[in-house]
Amino acid sequence: MRSDFVFVGILVVVATLLPVVGLGVARLIRPKKPNPVKLSTYECGVESIGDAWVQFRAQYYIYALVFVVFDIEAVFLLPWAVAYGQLPLYALVEGVVFILILALALAYAWRKGALRWS
Amino acid sequence: MDATVSWLINLIPQMTEPVARLIVDLVYAGALAFVAPVVVVVAFTYMERKVIARIQDRVGPNRAGPFGLLQGLADAVKMLTKEDITPQDADRIVYNLAPALAVIGVILVYAVLPVAPGVIGADLNVGVLYVVAVGGIGTMAILMAGWSSNNKYALLSAFRVVAQLISYEIPMIIALLIVVLAAGSMQMGEIIAAQDVPFLFTLPLAFIIFLMATIAEIGRSPFDLLEAESEIVAGFHVEYSGMKFAFFFIGEYMHLFVGAGIATTLFLGGWRGPFLGEVISEASILGVLLGFVYFLIKTVFIVFLMIWIRGTLPRFRIDHLLDFGWKFLVPVGLLGLIAVALVLKLPFLSSSGLMWIGLLVANILVIVVSLAAVSMAARRSRSVALRGVVGADR
Amino acid sequence: MPADQIVRYIVFLILTVMTLGGALGVVVSRNLFHSALFLVLSFAGVVGYYVLLDAGFLAAVQLLIYIGAIAILILFAVMLTRGLMDKRQSQHNQQWLIAALVALLIFVVLAVVLWQVEWPVASEQALASPNVSVSQLGQELLGPYVIPFEVASVLLLVALIGAVILARETES
Repeated sequence: MRSDFVFVGILVVVATLLPVVGLGVARLIRPKKPNPVKLSTYECGVESIGDAWVQFRAQYYIYALVFVVFDIEAVFLLPWAVAYGQLPLYALVEGVVFILILALALAYAWRKGALRWS
Repeated sequence: MDATVSWLINLIPQMTEPVARLIVDLVYAGALAFVAPVVVVVAFTYMERKVIARIQDRVGPNRAGPFGLLQGLADAVKMLTKEDITPQDADRIVYNLAPALAVIGVILVYAVLPVAPGVIGADLNVGVLYVVAVGGIGTMAILMAGWSSNNKYALLSAFRVVAQLISYEIPMIIALLIVVLAAGSMQMGEIIAAQDVPFLFTLPLAFIIFLMATIAEIGRSPFDLLEAESEIVAGFHVEYSGMKFAFFFIGEYMHLFVGAGIATTLFLGGWRGPFLGEVISEASILGVLLGFVYFLIKTVFIVFLMIWIRGTLPRFRIDHLLDFGWKFLVPVGLLGLIAVALVLKLPFLSSSGLMWIGLLVANILVIVVSLAAVSMAARRSRSVALRGVVGADR
Repeated sequence: MPADQIVRYIVFLILTVMTLGGALGVVVSRNLFHSALFLVLSFAGVVGYYVLLDAGFLAAVQLLIYIGAIAILILFAVMLTRGLMDKRQSQHNQQWLIAALVALLIFVVLAVVLWQVEWPVASEQALASPNVSVSQLGQELLGPYVIPFEVASVLLLVALIGAVILARETES
């Protein structure tokens, strides 16, 4: 039996050709006149000091952590949602309990200020 | 798709079924990867400029061709002939990979977009999940672009965008969960089939959350922090020029169309419409064309809605934006999910065929309750702020 | 061999190169950001394996969780850690010998397990229709496996609490 994903595989290959062709055509017709100022990092005309690769605030990381947890929770809920119609009444209770624990996690992160952008 | 395969086999009898199928797949993939970007970008940049111009009491593009219709073509030529600059401090490989990934990631979403009856690249049984999962490739591309440019603006912007994208992915998944719950499937075809009453009318809450999350995922106003010119210049692609910049741009408009298309499929009944399936068979050529027209009308309407929103609302501040996602959309979405699950198990509704009224009532109830909660919270915080001001005066 | 099989083998080979090559890149690359990107490549190879095994749901989940979430988290961690963003990092420190031994030990244990355990083989009937529907998965998850299902959410709650506490402490 043929998998539905065959088309996705074909599309991956074909879609990869688009940037290849696009950049190839552009390479043929575009001008190329580099100079040191043009190649320098853009910073509104100010001379750039140091690398951009400096340390950033940790707040971003906390959002990413909360995101990962919720993403995984959502993956668990998807089979529940799909099968819901074929499941008896107790599926409602199980699902609601799961969602409430999820809500508890959100409330905790909220209370502790993990979701505050300060 | 199947019809085209059998047509091809009838045309050339020597051809085996897998070969015919492969040819059809290749042609459709080529159309999605090469034709769709050109058509979508030219059509929707034109539409966006014209509509925004009207909103702002301007005329919009009117020089290139009649009514400025060739403006998109002129832009394409310009992009192709612009010099391509790679900053000397950039990380070359990653820098060049990022725009390619950005556009490939968006094209992949088109694989599960049903544009007409029977016309869909792959009707995966995990269709809805696939849409969200493939979205992650774009997030990766943005992070790569921001980092490899070795530019402070680009990196800062990439961080912000990714924080925004991941924050709005959760409400989006919750809205999708509500749809999956009501349809009982993640497959696009079955979700369309489940919409005898479009989900827009039975699950308005999910539609609103999905629309807002989609706008945020595409990074359009009022969620366009990534290109807050006054703060971080042009965003994560500040160092990109020429064709590489064009690929980010193409990706953005491809994303706009597919986002609207998915919203159409999930909430407006996709290609379904009057006469189709009753008077005109879905399998006939006329039926397919009619379905495609219905799909286009609905999708363009949603794109118009997004442009309208862009022309009306000012930009969010980043802390407001993240708060809106996490502290409003997520809890409201979870409440809506519970409400819909509850209504679906009410025995007297499922037996009487009045399910959709029950769902509608539950949705409106959740919307009313959450709006009341927000206005109460706003009033409280305002009075606290006022007391602070009065206190300072004394 | 039918054409179908040949294509499968070629795809499998490409995926293996991606997965193992990516994994090798993670440890060989001198730039931490590149290491993280190689890890993404390796994850992408695993997505392909799942597709090849007709496990569509797992493939989508792998893409969503590992590339869309965990990899982003790792990239953030790399970018947010002081001193790790230098262009070149040495690949080993004083503990490389111990690390190598532990890695070897884990490899031996995994290899032994792989050989010793009698893996359950799917029935002929199940192999004939490999598309296990998500609905079936949900029915299993909420029927016989409902306790693990609920425990998973508690586990995630605990993980979140731990993460928030850790992040808070480093900040103050």
